[in-house]
Amino acid sequence: MNKPIFFDSTLRDGSHVVRHQISIETITEYCKMIDGSGVYAVIVGHGNGLGASTLQVGRSLHSDLEMISAARAALHETKLGAFMLPGFGTIKDDLAPALDAGVDLVCVGVHCTEADVTQQYIEYVTGRGKEAIGVLMMYHRAPKERLLEEAKKMQSYGARAVILMDSAGSSTVDMVRQTVEYLVRHLQIPVGFHAHNNLSMAVANSFVALESGATIIDGTTRGFGAGAGNCQLEAVVALLQKNGIDAGVELYKLLDAGEKVLKPIMTKPQGIDPVSIVSGLAGVFSGFAPHVKRAAEEFGVDPRDIFMELGRRNVVAGQEDIIVDVAVELAKRQTQNV
Amino acid sequence: MDLLFKVRRSELLACSIFTGRDPESKGIQKAKEIGIRTSVNSIQAILDEPDICEIVFDTTSAKAHAIHAPILKKLGKFVIDLTPSRFGKMCVPVIDLEDGLHSENINMVTCGGQAIAPLAKALMEIHPEIEYIELVAAISSKSAGSGTRANIDEYTQTTKDAIEYYSGVPRAKALIILNPAEPPIRMHNTMYAEITNPKLEEIIRKVAEVAAHIKKYVPGYTLALEPTYENGRLTIMVEVEGQGDYLPAYSGNLDIITSAAVRVAEEYARKKYE
Repeated sequence: MNKPIFFDSTLRDGSHVVRHQISIETITEYCKMIDGSGVYAVIVGHGNGLGASTLQVGRSLHSDLEMISAARAALHETKLGAFMLPGFGTIKDDLAPALDAGVDLVCVGVHCTEADVTQQYIEYVTGRGKEAIGVLMMYHRAPKERLLEEAKKMQSYGARAVILMDSAGSSTVDMVRQTVEYLVRHLQIPVGFHAHNNLSMAVANSFVALESGATIIDGTTRGFGAGAGNCQLEAVVALLQKNGIDAGVELYKLLDAGEKVLKPIMTKPQGIDPVSIVSGLAGVFSGFAPHVKRAAEEFGVDPRDIFMELGRRNVVAGQEDIIVDVAVELAKRQTQNV
Repeated sequence: MDLLFKVRRSELLACSIFTGRDPESKGIQKAKEIGIRTSVNSIQAILDEPDICEIVFDTTSAKAHAIHAPILKKLGKFVIDLTPSRFGKMCVPVIDLEDGLHSENINMVTCGGQAIAPLAKALMEIHPEIEYIELVAAISSKSAGSGTRANIDEYTQTTKDAIEYYSGVPRAKALIILNPAEPPIRMHNTMYAEITNPKLEEIIRKVAEVAAHIKKYVPGYTLALEPTYENGRLTIMVEVEGQGDYLPAYSGNLDIITSAAVRVAEEYARKKYE
């Protein structure tokens, strides 16, 4: 197994949990504690990335630039990363200002079959002399051959690595092993894995990804993330130690950041509630959970039914507006059946 | 190709040449099949034979249009640009068809802009105090061609800018979602506006009126959710079903922009030969 590097998405993916209300103080404190821990990059910002503070997916407490500037001031050894979804932000309004403010690395995420829309952004970031990472979201929706095709496009645009995102947390061990091995064998650039924990497999799947040749683990401390949360970085680092692999990360620093900075803002312990299990089973983006719960309450329907129906409709991240549509339809069906 | 079918159906327009670059492309093949003269020399075909047409529809890409525009200007062509290049004057027929005709290069904005800018404008006329409008345009992956994909950044920026330009709202935001679901989804647009105390009845009436005007040249334009107010925000949803001229009905995003382009061309022809 190669020595992995770690992307810490706590402040970005965890942003979904608190409806994008992470404060500047938290960002500063967290970055100070992680800086120099051996973690490769801290990703900061709205859960849906640059330019995503919207009515559709929720407003952030602070602007992208405020969050980036706070993190920039606190990070010296660990790199500062941002996340971006094509279609959410633009180069002029969002990406260029983020790079101007000192972002070192940008993860450009896209639904796993749509990599060609990342071209403009990967090329722009690379052209500015910064690192661009391609992220294939909801990777479980496409066969490995298609994923390779899409990853190769990102490679050709200049991506420094490709990360597979198990956005619905619905991976099995076999899926991870077969997909990662296949991509590693056929790509020239490193492969990474970003796991969600809906079926309580995030740490295990990340470990399997490393065994299969991946060299980047993207996770969060305490597993902080929407729905069931993410791969808990401290646990992976400890697990690697147990396996005699030096992760090059100071475990205590991660534990402290999770305990001292994150715990106070966590409204409840990160766990797997029934809705998260169903979303993993349905293969629907975990970030939908808070919206689904709200819609379920408002329209008096079962959130599990909403998730299963969203799975049938193959919705992708960013289609939060369809949740209400589904809830309304289920509510209508209920009345008809009474 | 969808545009070609619409032009052929028009009583005022005739297609004299259909150009592209790839002789194997489906578009070129199909055009030949239906008896249209074709060329694979793209814009060179017009340079070689400047009198071949009066109106040029450019459906290439924003980058390519930047090269084509000055050439066509020299030739004195009336240009209808369907890329998000922003080169010419923006035109949304229901709003400013007349103004557009005074210019020689018309930009058809984007499908999202065509669908929502008129509603945003209507809303701002009733509530000029609104400070923020947001559009979420979801289109099926299958209907997003290589041009749209290569221009996703211009597409997003132009849609946003068009909403600000036409409605006068101080700040707009456009989100574009490509949805790979099978069967493909119809083009779905959600517009949000932050507002307190909306005059809901007036908004509903006005929005229905504007939608009916658009429906005249985009038959598949439908309000999926009439103006609805909750949590301090007004939501309107619009779906666009294509006419199935050449592309399947789910490609409403292409239908709305080709329909708008044909509307402009017809008006130009009518004015010229009246």
